[in-house]
Amino acid sequence: MIEVPAGRTENLQLDERGRLRHFLTIEGLSRDMLLGILDAAESFVSVGRQAVKKVPLLRGKTIVNLFFETSTRTRTTFELAAKRLSADVLNINVATSATAKGETLLDTLRNLEAMYCDMFVVRHASSGAAHFIAGHVADHISVINAGDGQHAHPTQAMLDMFTIRRHKGEFSDLKVVIVGDILHSRVARSQIHALRTLSTGELRVVAPKTLLPGHLGRQGIRVFHDLAAGIRDADVVIMLRLQKERMQGALLPSTHEYFQLYGLTEERLAGAKPDAIVMHPGPINRGVEMESEVADGPHSVILQQVGYGIAVRMAIMSMIMHPAQDAPGAAG
Amino acid sequence: MRIRITGGRVIDPANGVDCWQDLYVAEGRIAGLGTPPAGFTEERVIDATGLVVCPGLVDICARLREPGEEHKGTIASETRAAACGGITTLCCPPDTTPVVDTPAVVELLRRRAKLAGNAWVWPLGALTAGLCGEQLSEMAALKAAGCVGVSNAARPVENTHVMRRAMEYAATHGLKVFLNPEDAWLGRGCVHEGEISARLGLAGIPETAETVIVARDLLLIEQSEVEAHFVHLSTARAVELVAEAQARGLPVTADVTAHHLHFTDTDVGAHDNRYHVRPPLRTQRDRRALRAGVVQGAIAAICSDHQPHEANAKLAPFADTEPGISGLETLLPLTLALVEAGVIGLGDAIARLTIGPARILGVDAGTLSQGAAADICVFDPRRRWVLEPARMLSCGLNTPLAGGTLTGRTRYTLLGGALVHAGEDSSHG
Repeated sequence: MIEVPAGRTENLQLDERGRLRHFLTIEGLSRDMLLGILDAAESFVSVGRQAVKKVPLLRGKTIVNLFFETSTRTRTTFELAAKRLSADVLNINVATSATAKGETLLDTLRNLEAMYCDMFVVRHASSGAAHFIAGHVADHISVINAGDGQHAHPTQAMLDMFTIRRHKGEFSDLKVVIVGDILHSRVARSQIHALRTLSTGELRVVAPKTLLPGHLGRQGIRVFHDLAAGIRDADVVIMLRLQKERMQGALLPSTHEYFQLYGLTEERLAGAKPDAIVMHPGPINRGVEMESEVADGPHSVILQQVGYGIAVRMAIMSMIMHPAQDAPGAAG
Repeated sequence: MRIRITGGRVIDPANGVDCWQDLYVAEGRIAGLGTPPAGFTEERVIDATGLVVCPGLVDICARLREPGEEHKGTIASETRAAACGGITTLCCPPDTTPVVDTPAVVELLRRRAKLAGNAWVWPLGALTAGLCGEQLSEMAALKAAGCVGVSNAARPVENTHVMRRAMEYAATHGLKVFLNPEDAWLGRGCVHEGEISARLGLAGIPETAETVIVARDLLLIEQSEVEAHFVHLSTARAVELVAEAQARGLPVTADVTAHHLHFTDTDVGAHDNRYHVRPPLRTQRDRRALRAGVVQGAIAAICSDHQPHEANAKLAPFADTEPGISGLETLLPLTLALVEAGVIGLGDAIARLTIGPARILGVDAGTLSQGAAADICVFDPRRRWVLEPARMLSCGLNTPLAGGTLTGRTRYTLLGGALVHAGEDSSHG
């Protein structure tokens, strides 16, 4: 018999009492935990509307936005969330600094640890980077995954869930469709985990075979290659961003053909429920994923998503730094 | 030195031997089994009571990292680890720096190995110059310098025309080609393509990355009539293809790594880079087929695919780490675990570690025949032990088994009749 010791990256994000220690992925979090985050986020929405947009929950804490990949929206909303919680915020754009000089990821972390920071918000181009960092930082530091490679973007998924709940209510009554590059999307991966954990009525994906992982059908997800069929009677339409480099990998012939087949137009949207909402994690490629009439039209909640992002990130940051005594536990 | 190894269970699959007899060693060679040669008086007795005595293990693929990557390991350090693992003969691929594509590098390897004196080291020469997959290497010169075969190691030969000609040229010189079946383009990922790669967002390596090339190379082997060996099969379908070819009478063999017989892609779990290997760990179905291939003989050798790394090579997110496991010290216990699990008999398991790989390499090793070099492994098949990283002899501590508990441990290793390893709980007079 061989007995192999457990790895350093197993079950990292919950402490021994099932409370959030890091926020790395939606996978493995319970329904109660997700609902707890959404409920907490509700209470933070109003903070942004006050004349004094601050609560003192994280006063004296230092949060480092550690971005190894460029980002505007995610970094800014994390920064605003931290500032509205009264934390001190340090923005480090590593894409243009230390690692370019040959410093390893671990060296960068050690240096920041030496500055007594409390939380790292990390974005990195490699899948699993947030897990790796959480597995190697000092005990007092928490890690929030702001997007790791093609693996996960859990705060984006939570703000999407928040948006859906605000506009549509109970998940079990909804038909949700995700359209686009599922295969390479960390957003889609996290959304799928969240939507399944929240018992979404029907979950569909729409994409050509080249942009789909092969095993979605087994998870009870309905797979479509035709947008008109996939969108029929949907309550929520989530459009994914299409990276330009997909044209090089023999995955798609052109953005033109992609838009012809999978671009969301007003005409196609008419096949969804009359009160359907349209979402997009941004930034939008107008004329590729959707036409401007849809992006700016009455069904679009894309700008609300951005605003809710701040409240959801405030909720997650404060839950990690101030764990409740009886937090909802991990999934069984 | 005249040695009597007494009280052990002697297992020598090449000669169909499995008996409790004393084994006699004289002048570096096997001098007798059961009855001593005339006039034999031992200078040393090795008490093997309760232990298994078998030929020294033959490892078909171990990277020693020298020359070029001495921060990961040296010929001296890695052959020392081999001796500790009961391995007396090993074959190293040509992907060193510089590449083994000139006799000078072959000579350097052989000289350093001889100097270290821990194991017989047989190098493979490069199949193409610089492993670039474009121009043939000077195979005749490499053979003359002592290479037992030619290989492009883990660098795929993309150009099918070059592969065909390389096989024909190798066949001309009676050299066996060692093929790592991986498609250059389909192989651009880091884990098996399937549910795990999809869940973790890691670029997948589909089964076809292996099977397409196995199929291509089998057809070229048939055409060129070269002797060929497939290195480290990982998929069920590839085992099938090779077994079919063997049934048709093609001169092809195959091996599998010890870790592919135990682990699967689910072990990658939460981005656990200890399991980052090439070819990738695949599914349970593949593991079953690999085990069946070993049992039925389509796969004639189990190897360590030893790849020692410095700690930093594994300190990064999964895809950014270097693939490979440090495996010399766990080859025997991982194989014995298959015996314990009832997958394979002890004799067959030892055959896959001794005569099987020796025949593939075409070297005189892996037996306890009268007059053969006294390369002997004496191990305790029931011994439970913990692989403590601090006590590993390889420079590479990169193994998921570090800190793990294993069954079966080498007690003594003899190389040409000289004791090159004696375990801590051994006593010899």
